Amino acid sequence: MDTFKPHISIQKLNVFYEQHHVLKDITVDIPEKRITAIIGPSGCGKTTLLKSLNRLIDLIEGVKVSGKVLVNGVNIFDNGIDITDIRKKVGLIAQMPNPLPMSVYDNVAYGPRIHWAKDRRELDQTVEHCLQAVGLWSEVKERLKEPASRLSAGQQQRLCLARALAVKPEVLLCDEPTSALDPISGRQIETQLLTLKRDYTIVFVTHVLRQARRLADYVIFVYLGELVEHGPAQTVFTQPSDPRTRAYIEGVFG
Amino acid sequence: MAAVFPSLVLFIMAFSLSQRSTPILATQPLSELFFTSSWRPMKGEFGFYPFIMGTLWVTGVAMILAIPISILCAIYLAEYAPSRIRGAIKPLLDLLAGIPSVVYGLWGVLLVVPLIRYYIAPLLGGAATGYSVLAGGMVLAIMVFPLIISISEEVFRAVPFEVREASFALGATKWQTVKHVVMRKALPGVVAAIILGFSRAFGETMAVLMVVGNVARAPSSLLDPAYPLPALIANNYGEMMSIPLYDSALLLAALILLLVVFVFSVVARLSLLRIERRSV
Amino acid sequence: MDRRKLEEDFFRGLMLLSTIIVVGSLLAVFAVVLLKGAPALTLSMLTQTPKGGYYLGKEGGILNAIIGSLYLAAGATVLAFLLGLPVALYLREYAGRSRFASLTRLSLDVMWGIPSIVYGAFIFVIMLYVGARASLLWGIITVALFLLPIMTRAMDEVMKMTPFRLREASYALGSTRLETVMKVVSRQALPGILTAVLLAFSRGIGDAASVLLTAGYTDFIPRSLLDPVATLPLAVFFQIGSPFPEVQQRAYASGIILLGLVLLVSIASRLSTKKFMKYVIR
Repeated sequence: MDTFKPHISIQKLNVFYEQHHVLKDITVDIPEKRITAIIGPSGCGKTTLLKSLNRLIDLIEGVKVSGKVLVNGVNIFDNGIDITDIRKKVGLIAQMPNPLPMSVYDNVAYGPRIHWAKDRRELDQTVEHCLQAVGLWSEVKERLKEPASRLSAGQQQRLCLARALAVKPEVLLCDEPTSALDPISGRQIETQLLTLKRDYTIVFVTHVLRQARRLADYVIFVYLGELVEHGPAQTVFTQPSDPRTRAYIEGVFG
Repeated sequence: MAAVFPSLVLFIMAFSLSQRSTPILATQPLSELFFTSSWRPMKGEFGFYPFIMGTLWVTGVAMILAIPISILCAIYLAEYAPSRIRGAIKPLLDLLAGIPSVVYGLWGVLLVVPLIRYYIAPLLGGAATGYSVLAGGMVLAIMVFPLIISISEEVFRAVPFEVREASFALGATKWQTVKHVVMRKALPGVVAAIILGFSRAFGETMAVLMVVGNVARAPSSLLDPAYPLPALIANNYGEMMSIPLYDSALLLAALILLLVVFVFSVVARLSLLRIERRSV
Repeated sequence: MDRRKLEEDFFRGLMLLSTIIVVGSLLAVFAVVLLKGAPALTLSMLTQTPKGGYYLGKEGGILNAIIGSLYLAAGATVLAFLLGLPVALYLREYAGRSRFASLTRLSLDVMWGIPSIVYGAFIFVIMLYVGARASLLWGIITVALFLLPIMTRAMDEVMKMTPFRLREASYALGSTRLETVMKVVSRQALPGILTAVLLAFSRGIGDAASVLLTAGYTDFIPRSLLDPVATLPLAVFFQIGSPFPEVQQRAYASGIILLGLVLLVSIASRLSTKKFMKYVIR
């Protein structure tokens, strides 16, 4: 039986977009060095929950947050917290691949550079290491100076993964990382995530239950902004305690 | 079809102005006209050099002042300002753009010229009337602000959110995101805005005319007066017909303005078009 | 992180400074013109034409220029509208992607950038060619040319916003292209067209360089299109060049009148846009 040690602790998290109450009193722990899947029908707050974990929701105008999110015991919503430091620790890969308007090399090197890494040799090593970690190195090592936009969608998404790894995060958040990709590229990303969980805590959002079954160690089910159920994947998928969960898993809705 | 009108007009303008310019071009080659400094129409001497330099100096000063201020303001409006402030300032910019040229000139005479004469010139160690390149440049810069700011701001806002999000997700500060990501994507558009601003500044007549001194000598310092091409035409059209070749010379000046604006407009518009198409 | 915070704060400060400079200069223009011109702004300025000796400091006002500018700007706006509307409609409905439309659009963009003095010089050449004298008519023609790109562009922007659904609905009901354009697109675009017209009108009032060479100047209110006409911008310009301080003062006051008129039209255009918005589907 796995033991789950909490890496991120979400306590009574409420998120409002203007008057709209998007997340209601979410309290749950994210286990360390495991893959946690946030599942649920579209539009129910999964992405909002995910983006709360590195405060990317701050970017949305008119957002209000109450509650706590503790990363390694520290509430990231405290006043005086260095947001850029949080985002270094908790990285995010978006649904649509979003390469920066630069070369492949510069994309991966961007993270370290903005945190003041300057040594050329160190950067070279980091870039190579991260590209290898996502299985992209052999494909792009001759094309490092080319604009990242020339890569295929699958390659771009892996590039975004490599880019996120370059700042040495502790947590990787993935927002439906394969939904914009073809099945083969999607599988590649999934394989990478399975390998990466040895060193990183991974949280991903998906609306494809089969993907959650394939990858998740821990499952969080969000419906209409509420935390309906959470637990080890094995338990939630075979013996869900909440009728809503059961209905969702059986494909009644969503 | 009425739609042919604009192209037709441009063609006719270019044609008629060049036609009327040919007499003077027949007396001297263009390069000589451009580099001679003596402007004595009565004696048949038409050296354009002072006016070309005057235009370049004034426009140059205006752009040096306008570019940094406009871009910084545009970044602020697009990236930092809360929507209420942005909503308040944008109409103000439209207002600024709508103020008639002579009113700017009036203001220049009332405020800028004395400012230079009594405060700035002594600081720079020179004595000046205040009617100077600097005055023209300052007034012109303010006239050009709304143009550069509005185009640049639009270009910044057109940069897709996802790219910004990617930068923030890696832990960049807002300024780092602007500097490395937004600017990179927006640069062609901002350059186009600057080119259009330059084009506008180049041809502005009345406001500059009222504060720049109108002395037909190439300026050698900021405090010197100047005589830009548009002012040349505006001040002397009355004598055009009474002195031989004068009309041709002035219309050549008009033709030069037309061609410069033409080239700049085409370059700027084509690059803006390419940007629009790429982001679709 | 401290270094980055410093960088961030530094540039934020610069940005705020720039914005203050921009907004401040607007306020400065208004303030100075108002302060200096207010003393000389009397009722007679607005209601009388210059009497003998006006330019030496004696009685009169600039009613000639006020009415002149209104006539000129109105005429030019109408002419520019008549010439520009078909072009704008053509660009929107019939051409879309064709090469000719792109050429026309590019020509309009170039026209937009041409300084008004060049339009003045051009029309002046034509006037010489036909042996005409400076008058209201030629002023109208010049300013109309100047306004054409401004008006067409404003209308084009507005029509771009007409949702495709509306046009689809109209076609589905069996209207021809022309009918659709005339009835649906035009009505949807009405507030925008109105704004474009008023915008052009305010520019027409304020431009000096174009009329300098072609409209002449006079102390009287023109009674026909062939009379020369005084314009407000030129009134300011000529009065400020006078050696008499009283006349210079009047130049400042004329400046207020000009600015006020332009502001009035801007505000009118914004208000009328709001009023007509109820017809527009968003």
